[in-house]
Amino acid sequence: MRVIVGVNGSESAMAALVAATERARAVDDDLTVAVYGGPDPVDVVETRVRDRLSTLDIDAPVERLEGHPGGLLVERAEQGGFDRIILPGGTRSPLGKIQFDSTVEFVLLNAQTAVTLIR
Amino acid sequence: MTRTYPEEAVSGFPQPTREVTDSEGRTILLCCPNESERLVEMYLAFDPADRAQGIPPVEESTIREWLDRITGPDTLNLVARHGDRTVGHVVFVGDTEYELAIFVLQAYQNAGIGTALLRTALGAAAATGIERVWLSVERWNNAAIALYRRVGFEAADTPEFGMEMTLRLDVTE
Repeated sequence: MRVIVGVNGSESAMAALVAATERARAVDDDLTVAVYGGPDPVDVVETRVRDRLSTLDIDAPVERLEGHPGGLLVERAEQGGFDRIILPGGTRSPLGKIQFDSTVEFVLLNAQTAVTLIR
Repeated sequence: MTRTYPEEAVSGFPQPTREVTDSEGRTILLCCPNESERLVEMYLAFDPADRAQGIPPVEESTIREWLDRITGPDTLNLVARHGDRTVGHVVFVGDTEYELAIFVLQAYQNAGIGTALLRTALGAAAATGIERVWLSVERWNNAAIALYRRVGFEAADTPEFGMEMTLRLDVTE
């Protein structure tokens, strides 16, 4: 299966990246990482992701999404023939409520492929 | 995160401890912030369909961890009690702005308890100097949104998946 994981550099996104790489390795999926800016600029996110992948000894292509990350991720998944999009499954409010950022919301509503949220 | 708050502060909320009679004729006491065992029992009895955005948790151990966190420092809690049983709970968590959540046990819903509990909790919050209160609510939860509007919450301009509402309390009373 070809999977694309979206990462914005946040703590939950980096945790999702690690989980996605472990899963991809276990089932021999073909993994692509799409990085986009969030709390940090896309350059910083890309460096952080490449460092982490090299620590994990994973050789996966890293692509940058510059502009509207949700829209670009949906488009890339369709045009690139991906079977699944993987995203971090939201953050928690002070009270513990799950909150989705606008990228997760956009992808959930617009993706034609399966979407997996990692929690 | 920057949230917009109404310019006008809302005042006139009652203070705990209060006793109210619900529309079923039950006597409900709005009181008693620190009764964690009764709160655990309430959340163990909670209907899964009334869960909102992942809270309350399901397992007893996670319910306890969650309650420890939301009844600690920088929180304000108020419960509705029917006899020995805790049937409703309001909690505020925050520092400069406070997130609010309210839960009422299914058998006690639609009887006016939520409104009385929420209004009294806002009175207690204003009295402790809490000025900005926000909450998130699922867009399809019309009953909850109507309740929040009734006490003065307004929809906030946020890009969240759920809808956010905010309220400014008058802390000068």
